[in-house]
Amino acid sequence: MLQYLVRRIVQMIPILLAVALLIFVVFSVIPGTFASSVGADGRGMLDDKVIERMNEQFGLNDPVYVRFGQYVLDLMQLDLGDSFRTRRPVVEELASRALPTLRLIAGSMLFAIVIGLPLGFLAALKPGTLLDSVSMVTAVSGLSIPKFWLGLLMMFLFALTLGWLPSFGYGSGGLRHLILPSIALGVAPMALLARTTRAAVLDILNADFVRTARSKGMSEIRVVRWHLVRNALVIVLTTIGLQFGTVIGEAVVIEQLFSWPGIGSLMVDSVTLRDIPVVQGCILVIVLFFLVVNMLIDVLCAIIDPRIKYD
Amino acid sequence: MPSSIQGLSTIRILSQYHANLWIGGILFALIVLAGVFAPWLAHTDPVMDADLMNSGLPPGHDFWFGTDDQGRDIYSRVLYGARVSLTVGIGSQLINTVIGVALGLSAGYWGGWWDDFINGLTNMMLAIPSLVFALAIMAILSPGLTSLLIALGLTNWSFTCRLSRASTLSVKSQGYVQAAKVLGYSDLRIMATQILPNILGPIVIIATLGMGGAVLAEAALSFLGLGIKPPFPSWGSMLSDAREQMMLAPWISIFPGLAIFATVLSLNLLGDGLRDILDPQSRTRRT
Amino acid sequence: MTDDTLLSVEGLCIDLMIGDRPHSAVTDVSFSIRRGETFGLVGESGCGKSVTSLAVIGLLKHPLIRAGGRILLDGEDLTTVSASRMRALRGARIAMIFQEPMTALNPLSPIGRQIAEMFVLHKGATWHEADRLAVKALGNVRVPAPERRVKDYPHQLSGGMRQRVMIAIALACDPDLLLADEPTTALDVTVQAEILELIRDLSSARGTAVMMISHDLGLIANMCARVGVMYAGRLVEQQEADSVFRNPQHPYTQGLIASLPLLGARARHGRKALNEIRGVVPAVADFPKGCRFNPRCERSTDLCVETDPDRTWLESGGFVRCHHHG
Repeated sequence: MLQYLVRRIVQMIPILLAVALLIFVVFSVIPGTFASSVGADGRGMLDDKVIERMNEQFGLNDPVYVRFGQYVLDLMQLDLGDSFRTRRPVVEELASRALPTLRLIAGSMLFAIVIGLPLGFLAALKPGTLLDSVSMVTAVSGLSIPKFWLGLLMMFLFALTLGWLPSFGYGSGGLRHLILPSIALGVAPMALLARTTRAAVLDILNADFVRTARSKGMSEIRVVRWHLVRNALVIVLTTIGLQFGTVIGEAVVIEQLFSWPGIGSLMVDSVTLRDIPVVQGCILVIVLFFLVVNMLIDVLCAIIDPRIKYD
Repeated sequence: MPSSIQGLSTIRILSQYHANLWIGGILFALIVLAGVFAPWLAHTDPVMDADLMNSGLPPGHDFWFGTDDQGRDIYSRVLYGARVSLTVGIGSQLINTVIGVALGLSAGYWGGWWDDFINGLTNMMLAIPSLVFALAIMAILSPGLTSLLIALGLTNWSFTCRLSRASTLSVKSQGYVQAAKVLGYSDLRIMATQILPNILGPIVIIATLGMGGAVLAEAALSFLGLGIKPPFPSWGSMLSDAREQMMLAPWISIFPGLAIFATVLSLNLLGDGLRDILDPQSRTRRT
Repeated sequence: MTDDTLLSVEGLCIDLMIGDRPHSAVTDVSFSIRRGETFGLVGESGCGKSVTSLAVIGLLKHPLIRAGGRILLDGEDLTTVSASRMRALRGARIAMIFQEPMTALNPLSPIGRQIAEMFVLHKGATWHEADRLAVKALGNVRVPAPERRVKDYPHQLSGGMRQRVMIAIALACDPDLLLADEPTTALDVTVQAEILELIRDLSSARGTAVMMISHDLGLIANMCARVGVMYAGRLVEQQEADSVFRNPQHPYTQGLIASLPLLGARARHGRKALNEIRGVVPAVADFPKGCRFNPRCERSTDLCVETDPDRTWLESGGFVRCHHHG
């Protein structure tokens, strides 16, 4: 097991390096090369401010590999540069915003799991019934609804009209402020989780080994408890891991909508203001987080499913 | 001990007649038509006809969806907004699909270092949430339609790539591919004529569902002010405007949002319906 | 029905729902199995033999439904008992082993656990006791070093081993009847013999009746005392094993036996094409109106096309369904 864990951690490194390289290419090389491109609208493709700041901070006159080498060295010392806007180190900016984002992600995934998992599960146990149809229609709607619109509507209804919940902001980090953003962000993963769980459970219920279990004289409850849960869990966990990625991405918009002081809104502001070092830092942190979460989930799956380790 | 017969439930009837496919398809077709015929269906010019005298009117006889704070007719703006969302949605997904299929097919077919390289690239892309990547690209491009197409077109190809590669690997060993090789077909010809047609099924499904995602992404980016800039109508930016007007004119937020919802829903239903037909093993089973 | 009749299937009918319409997949099948007897059910794929066994143990699922008939286990009608009673019987008095050992075991549970479940379910044992009993059960099926192997997962075992585990599970609570649905079809030839021998030894030692389902005539000949031949959902012939093979009455049975390649035949008779029964087994929805075998039968007459033959009882004690048997 330890071996597997180490192996997975080591596998993260090349991906991080590749992302770093990608960021480097996107933010240093491309602006330099396409500085004078013009788009279909007739306007300059690349923003003038970007080009100006590039030259300023990155010394675009040095050869590419020198710049990349410097970049990686800086990264290893956790030096992500300074923000164009505030002149503070990027690491500081990120650190101050990390906690709200973590809370938001935790809140939304919790919502998704607590509602989506049982919904999909029950729908699978009673396929073809009203519960099933309603659940699946809800699921496909949840997947189709724009999160920020949902957030807006909820904001209007629960905060502005009914006054039950605060309409924006982080407050003192309390639960009340967390509710609306979490639900807005969590509806889509909830929907996907419901669908995936339903499909996984249905597949398992039709599997041969479940037939064997029934032939032993097991009641359905026992079949579920002894045989279904573990088998479904692997698929469900994998889906949850992937959903973390989507949630992290979409958190950006929800944070902006609710004025949530997290990494997402930081990134949006930085993109708008062309604060490139901060944008780079945000991407790296987000990717790192996603990779770590998925690694943990893979390890969890390996614990549950003894076949995985021998890969 | 009697075995029970499952009664004819609504879901079984619906799935027999592929309700997904029809509802999704027709709805999507209607939205496309609305966008295409916007200039004829709209009542006003979405940008120019802004009479402050009319600002903030609720839905009524003259203005079906009401007006916004600039006095513009929301109904017309929603219609024109369809053009943007659909162009970006379909266009960017097309780009994604072409990239994904090209990379995945070639990786699966040739194998070797190219395959390793593409795999590494795909792993890397999968580690970056697509909206984050799109945002990052918009950081260096100026806002506009082309930029959106590029940004969104470059972020969502990894899944298609994986899928194409896997499908190619299983098709590659088929007899007709070997036969083509023996006959001396060039690699490119084999890939295009033998392999591609046989892997299209799942790819079309993913592309359809991906379009829904692209529409959502465009709306999100425009909402953040990084997509289509005002005063040109885009559903996302209309919602951003609506935010300020929440208390006074809540109807401004309803219709653009509803439009996005309807479009994405239709695409999701269409994709699910296609999946039922083209790839029955992977469908969410109904019985 | 004599006193040592364990299972009596009377007029069993099973329908297959295609869309909303029922099609008769198994029609009026009747047979009985005595205590401790090994009964063979033989036929090609799709003839309904597996489905019959599923009906006996009560595991028919949509789109298959039982449409009529009685199934009596020691006089108790399984078609009318409550679900909980049926569950009590399953595993304790009727057990089943399936064709695909690969997929028949839970991949995420150690095999010892899967055997132990039987004792917890039916003997009220604690998990601790059940684990101990599981080791013993594994030893009974001739698995070496059972106390170590109970911790293994199914993917760590070979196909033959997995089937032994299945047998251990099935026989754990000493059932009166074992249903074996093609237990060796998915196994290597060398392993097949071992497994069959295991089944035979264990069942005779414990007095367990066995219903052996197979398409393999040789297997059936070796294992079974009485044999039933199924075709297209009907039991077309049933006799003592010896009689079926020496004196088959139904044209289908005769065709089956004739199509067996015989070692040494070429030396004796020179090169010939293998015998076959012309035609193919009809699909459930397309069963012919009269005798279901008539399109492929050489003796078929107008009577055969019109009327499905009834049972003709034979002197040897079996029966045949044919207008022109013999």
